[in-house]
Amino acid sequence: MRTVTDVVCPFCGTLCDDLEVDIDDAEKICETRNACIIGDNKFMTAQAPDRHLHPRIRRGGELVECTMDEAINKSAEILVNAKHPLLYGWSSTHCEAQEAGMALAEGVGGTMDNTSVCCHGPSVLAIQTVGIPSCTLGEIINRADTVLYWGCNPVNAHPRHMSRYSLYKRGFFTERGKSDRTEIVVDVRKTETAKNADIFIQPEQGRDYELMNALRVALRGEPLPESVAGISRADIEKVAQTMKDSRFGIIFFGMGLTMTRGKHRNIDIAISLTQDLNTYTKFLIMAMRGHYNVAGADQVSQWECGFPYAVDFARGFPRYNPGETSATDILARKEADAALIIAADPGAHFPIDMVRTLASIPMIAIDPHVTPTTEIASVYIPSAIVGIEEAGSAYRMDNVPIRMRKVVEPPEGVLTDKEIIDRIHRRVMELQGLEVPEVTAVKEPAEASAFDGILQRST
Amino acid sequence: MSEILVKNGYVYDPKNGVNGDVMDIAVRDDKIVDVVSPTAKVIDASGKVVMAGGIDIHAHVAGPKVNVGRNMRPEDKLFNTSKRTKMTRSGGGFSVPSVFETGYVYSRMGYTQVNEAAMPPLLARHTHEEMADTPLIDQSAYTLLGNNWLVMEYIKRGEQDKLNAFVAWMLKATKGYCIKLVNPGGSEAWGWGMNCVNVSDPVPYFDVMPSEIISGLAAANETLNLPTSIHVHPNNLGHPGNFQTTLDTIKLLEGVLPRDGKKRDQVINFAHMQFHSYGGNTWKDFETEAQTIADSINKNKNMTVDVGFVTLDETTTMTADGPMEYYLHNTNHLKWANADIELETAAGVVPYIYSPKISVCGIQWAIGLELALLIDDPMQAFITTDHPNAGPFRRYPRIISWLMSNQARLDRLETLHKVVPDRVAIGGISRVLDFYDIAKMTRAGPARALGLGNMKGHLGVGADADVAIFDYNPKTMDPTIDPAGIEKAFTNTAYTIKGGEIVVIDGEVVSKGHKRTIWVDATDGVVDPVILHDIDKKFLRYYSVTMNNYPVQDEYVANGLIVKPEAA
Amino acid sequence: MKKITLRPKDKEYMFLDADNVTPDNFAGKTLDEVRAIEIYEGNRTYALGDYFEVSGETDPDPNEIGILIDGSVPKVKYIGMKMSAGKLLVKGSVGMYVGGWMTGGRIRVNGDAEAYAGIGMEGGELLIEGNAGDYLGATYRGDWRGMKGGKIVVNGNAGSDIGESMVGGEIVVKGNADLQAGIHMGWVSKKKDNPTIVIEGDAESRVGAQMTKGEITVLGKISYWLPGFIYQKDDQIDYDGKQYAVKVYQGDRGEGGKGTLYYAGA
Repeated sequence: MRTVTDVVCPFCGTLCDDLEVDIDDAEKICETRNACIIGDNKFMTAQAPDRHLHPRIRRGGELVECTMDEAINKSAEILVNAKHPLLYGWSSTHCEAQEAGMALAEGVGGTMDNTSVCCHGPSVLAIQTVGIPSCTLGEIINRADTVLYWGCNPVNAHPRHMSRYSLYKRGFFTERGKSDRTEIVVDVRKTETAKNADIFIQPEQGRDYELMNALRVALRGEPLPESVAGISRADIEKVAQTMKDSRFGIIFFGMGLTMTRGKHRNIDIAISLTQDLNTYTKFLIMAMRGHYNVAGADQVSQWECGFPYAVDFARGFPRYNPGETSATDILARKEADAALIIAADPGAHFPIDMVRTLASIPMIAIDPHVTPTTEIASVYIPSAIVGIEEAGSAYRMDNVPIRMRKVVEPPEGVLTDKEIIDRIHRRVMELQGLEVPEVTAVKEPAEASAFDGILQRST
Repeated sequence: MSEILVKNGYVYDPKNGVNGDVMDIAVRDDKIVDVVSPTAKVIDASGKVVMAGGIDIHAHVAGPKVNVGRNMRPEDKLFNTSKRTKMTRSGGGFSVPSVFETGYVYSRMGYTQVNEAAMPPLLARHTHEEMADTPLIDQSAYTLLGNNWLVMEYIKRGEQDKLNAFVAWMLKATKGYCIKLVNPGGSEAWGWGMNCVNVSDPVPYFDVMPSEIISGLAAANETLNLPTSIHVHPNNLGHPGNFQTTLDTIKLLEGVLPRDGKKRDQVINFAHMQFHSYGGNTWKDFETEAQTIADSINKNKNMTVDVGFVTLDETTTMTADGPMEYYLHNTNHLKWANADIELETAAGVVPYIYSPKISVCGIQWAIGLELALLIDDPMQAFITTDHPNAGPFRRYPRIISWLMSNQARLDRLETLHKVVPDRVAIGGISRVLDFYDIAKMTRAGPARALGLGNMKGHLGVGADADVAIFDYNPKTMDPTIDPAGIEKAFTNTAYTIKGGEIVVIDGEVVSKGHKRTIWVDATDGVVDPVILHDIDKKFLRYYSVTMNNYPVQDEYVANGLIVKPEAA
Repeated sequence: MKKITLRPKDKEYMFLDADNVTPDNFAGKTLDEVRAIEIYEGNRTYALGDYFEVSGETDPDPNEIGILIDGSVPKVKYIGMKMSAGKLLVKGSVGMYVGGWMTGGRIRVNGDAEAYAGIGMEGGELLIEGNAGDYLGATYRGDWRGMKGGKIVVNGNAGSDIGESMVGGEIVVKGNADLQAGIHMGWVSKKKDNPTIVIEGDAESRVGAQMTKGEITVLGKISYWLPGFIYQKDDQIDYDGKQYAVKVYQGDRGEGGKGTLYYAGA
């Protein structure tokens, strides 16, 4: 029996890094501590006996087991033969695999897109329009006295967010934790998060933009109508005043804003409202990112090609315009003739028309688990679970990079996402008649004790 | 074993006193050597300028705020992309290029080392991930410590020994190269939307003054005998009349000498001094104070500056000086990103257009050039644009052409806003620099200031085999009347050799290179269990990550080169 | 004026990038050289002649070239991109980015235009006789300098976000417009510029959202009022030879903006 500490949870963008995982002598994960129910579940089901361990390939309409070489070769052929392949997913894996994916996408002249397209892609578009005043989560811990959750429900979706960072945690200038903070919730439903709130505002559906516009008008002391979005003038002015009077405020927003009427414009005006508030006090804003490393997918794409997601390499240089180059739009317009899906499940999450397009073209699926996406694939390659069976970088919702730990070995014969992508890429280069570089050794995961300045804390 | 002989070039190597002599330079593996065998690959450099590889002492090329800039500016790349080739990856960006583009453009200009000027410790892993992905050039990153809570607490309590130990711990934890201060105290004040404008403005709650932070960290730097001095972005950047704050900062270290004068001469490097040499009281009566600042630097041989030339381009400003960026956003009303980092620092990003039609921008352009020309010794003033803040690094060749040609400066001056000539002195400065001076400002000078003067920035035996060969004949061509020729020659080298490997031929990248990441480990005999306890307490209570997940693991350091200071 | 006709061949494709199809690019080329102009389907490069029958004559001066695309090409993108002179007529519908970043000349589309028509436009005329998609006359992602000049007319309806960050020029939609018409309009307009949008039909909500300068006229109904627009006065305006009684609003006051909204549908 051994225990790994400081384990990073590979589930949501909260990226808790204080988990402890017990592993028994048979190398089975037997218990986790500090994880929320979702995180615990991810660890406890990782080694489930029904996990598929062998690649499969579609023959005569059926997915049948094949060798790894066959699966790699077929995948490479699919990509090389395609005029406009789509490489989508990348959010539940580490940055090392994402980097390999960028190189592959460029190599096959495809489009590289991550799950931002169906979560916070609109936030990115808004950031590109007006910027974003933000911070790391520790700033909230230590300073925030006003916390506004708009269109997000951390109690259910990011279970440890409020206790670790945003509401209950006691910080340097917030010694009394929640008692030092005012909690405001704006949501079209009375969510679990809303039940807690000091102030709860329930606007009409699809009118968040107008409500924020009203708040900006109120901040400037201009006249307001009797009500906006179903919220009375008095309530709007009360919220505006509370924000203005705070010493350090933060807005957290979720898909209640990004995926409702107006999409990126809702975020644009939320950011603009935040910027306005800095005339009076310190106010910042942050997206509640979903997948644990969707933020990393954006980061890697940005530094490698300059654009965060939805990048089309077809012409040999990066092109970016979500609406055209985004996975959803490409599939909706049937502009892909092959796809590689990794570390995401569009089969479960995309609208049915797009899923039909996916099912109609040659498609490679890479995932530790069988999903609706893998079931419609031409080739399915099972992979190791990053953050449990493989170490590597992930970026938290506030873009803090943390190295995920490896707590157990992957099942025998199961490759990591990066190894699979690299092998496909090498085969692609062979098929393209390019010189294939020598294999560089795969780096060992970092040991917690690699750094000698660390205090060994007794437990 | 690989050998190269660079034959018959006009060599400019200030460290070794070589000023345009025709010489051969021999390379074996990754070092400069005396002689090579007859089978060595020969590069004919006759009629060409040969210098050591260029060193950028201050640029923002990798890390979180650079990536914020990339993300925020798709329009910077819309029609500014490059295609992939068999040797190179695609990329793009005029003012904030992608990492591949960064490596390629620097290499084409003959640069072989670029230092990232601001690394927030909590996000150091990100900076290293980007540096590892940046091809061809050696890199290091400067660790931001001027607004760190523990730094301020130790200084407030007068615990210099603990401060020294903490600095050593932080450099190692972040795999950083030196102590960087950005708006000391002011970026912490920005946590509350405030600022420290002068060196005597107390930091809210922490009750220390920027002057104490600067002196305290300078003392730690010398006690630890770090390879380079502290690098300081002083308070009050970019405001009319700020030269007074700059003089106050200079005073703090007047007469202080480096602990090891053999390696370097300075105890402080002022970052982007152009932004800190402003006169006037408002933007309306804004004028140059470059002469005042240059006089002071001429008197203080223990100080160096990197200039931060304004290039009159559209660019993207980014700095750990959070309040400055908010001020800029309120000035130009363009998009604004802010990224405060818990317990450590802040950052902001705002696009900016240095328009030649606007008087302020023209005056800023002149101030940079004046500083470079009025500081007597080019070993004290280095060419930078504080990339991308005053302009993108790809404009270095143009800056060199201005420094080498008075005519080029006067021609540019004539196109600027009509009030500019009256507010600046550049029109009356006829000094022109030569290749020897340029080699000091871009090679020998930055290498010595970084404490790497034996390894980098020169072509003597034993130096790293980093060589730039420019297709410009100093005997038949005249830079004082040929700015376009200079700009062209310095934009694309005939050859760039990095670590003994030819990486660029005639402006084309021909190798994937073997970049190195340089960092400083000064912990030997220094790190004290008491400060580990202090650090641990900060993590338990105030940080959002655990202490064990904080230090940058070895995996992130690409081909690392550790510099250990001689025992303190 | 010389006419050069591109007749679509009966050939299947997912989509084509035709950014080289402009009078500027055709000028001074022989017909065979025009047939050899590059056109792209994803990562493959083809010749224009592979997908279109090319006939007619060319001219050394782009001003003297009229390109006729004789058929509907709704999956062909970037037609007329960056064109500066001459004429282009599409006898049918076009794909995305028609007339994108154009600086001069005239484009007429008999059918519908997909999204991003006239994006980043600086001059010239773009007439769409059918419907236009989203981001008509809008700006590229992140650029605060949207449409700078020229005129766009849509006889049918237009999608969302038309005229985003427009700093000059004119857009007329004879039908209805979807959400956020004229958002961020006038952001960095020069003093002399006055970006203008006219919507003859109805507009969805958020008309002129976050605008700071310029004029928007809506003759039909606006579905939901944005509180940032503050009533100034009643007035009469002259439009297309007719008089309209309007209410005049200033906005977006949430943004501190001083744009003008003439609203006849109140």
